[in-house]
Amino acid sequence: MSANQEGRSIRCLVAKVGLDGHDRGAHVIARAFRDAGFEVIYSGLHKAPDEIVQAAVQEDVDVVGISILSGAHNTLVPKVIEGLKEYGAFEDTLILVGGVVPDDDKRELKEMGVAEVFGPGTPMEETIEFVRENAPER
Amino acid sequence: MTLSTDEILEGVLDGDHRALARAITKIENREDGYRDVVAGLYEHTGSADVIGITGSPGAGKSTLVDKMASTYRDQGLTVGIVAIDPSSPYTGGAVLGDRIRMASNVGDMDVFFRSMSARGSLGGLSTATADAVKALDAFGKDKVIIETVGAGQNEIDIVRAADTVAVLVPPGSGDNVQMLKAGILEIADVFVVNKADVDGADRTVQELKEMVHMGDGHVSVSGGHHGMGVEADVDMPGDDEPEHEPWETPVLETVATTGEGVDAFLSTLAEHADWLADTGQLAAKRRMRTAEEIRTLLRNDAASIVEAEIAERGGVEEMAERVLAGDTDPYTIADDVLAPMQDAIRET
Repeated sequence: MSANQEGRSIRCLVAKVGLDGHDRGAHVIARAFRDAGFEVIYSGLHKAPDEIVQAAVQEDVDVVGISILSGAHNTLVPKVIEGLKEYGAFEDTLILVGGVVPDDDKRELKEMGVAEVFGPGTPMEETIEFVRENAPER
Repeated sequence: MTLSTDEILEGVLDGDHRALARAITKIENREDGYRDVVAGLYEHTGSADVIGITGSPGAGKSTLVDKMASTYRDQGLTVGIVAIDPSSPYTGGAVLGDRIRMASNVGDMDVFFRSMSARGSLGGLSTATADAVKALDAFGKDKVIIETVGAGQNEIDIVRAADTVAVLVPPGSGDNVQMLKAGILEIADVFVVNKADVDGADRTVQELKEMVHMGDGHVSVSGGHHGMGVEADVDMPGDDEPEHEPWETPVLETVATTGEGVDAFLSTLAEHADWLADTGQLAAKRRMRTAEEIRTLLRNDAASIVEAEIAERGGVEEMAERVLAGDTDPYTIADDVLAPMQDAIRET
């Protein structure tokens, strides 16, 4: 889809889940997304999966970007995905994970429905381009 | 999962959150079928109390709205919130940050919070907001809150969609008075001095009260049918109506972070709602608002017809070229473009 400025812009939820107080990365992403012309909703720190689901459903976002640096991705990401499914919001939401995730876990997350996992050092343009190309058609 | 217009309509009336969210997206983006959605929802609206909250950035709007929502929830009422944040005029991008303050209501789906960006479309934002409010109303929310930065005409138009408007004023700084001068005074039904625990709050309250009193003398001259030289026994249309106390804009104090004063604020909002209903102001207000809606809609529709006609004739740049080349002038072009439309209207 083309992100026509007149019609719609891509809406993203940048989410911090669980006991993880490091949000510099999330801030940087939020700003970069904004400057790319996206509408960004930032969840704030220490959110429970339920809260992320609530925000994603109510805000009707195209993209949910979950930032996790605590290593708890295997517990928290599935809960978010389940919640989205419960509200029928899983299929047309692009789910991304950013953070420190081992390769084995990456594979598992992707099987679960995460579109891509971005590790440390990923160039910003790459993430933005990925969102532009993969934001769901609605 | 793409929802059809009918599915969205059905879903919203059925209490499906996803459908409501999608309806608002459609409204916001002016997607195909959004008109059918709003038209279909219309007959189910009118039961919610619509409250507008405005004020300068940092006045504490989001925090107060959060406390309002949780208090309403304690009373067993459901709440819908539309929060509007500015967007960049250059990229169209935005960080919508009001949600972060909604700490008291996380995980509670009966508080439906929606962020909207003030993106481009000229004058369209107030229409989009009003339509989003209608979606929340039709969904069955008891209270709908519109939250926006009060900075200009656009924002004032937005809160017009509300029955009751509260203007938040942070304590201190003469800037408040500047803000109030810009037309915000007229739209306020309630003033709230938030952060009332801060030094200088008393003074701000005092200043506002004085301003309200001063303004009162001018505003309450509503009739104007005296002294027109008519005979004394002629029936004055207005004189038979029951006398109603005019609404004097109260000045309240709150501390949104602790929730202090929020109960009193909500009772004042309820009093205003009662006053509106008792005096017939509510009906008058809604009539005016609907008239304005129709006018805006027609104007936008007419504008898009004109846009299409301009494109048909080779675009506005090409017209400008001709003017600059000295072949014609803007007025002749305008007459030229509109002539066939005026003819068509005259014929019917």
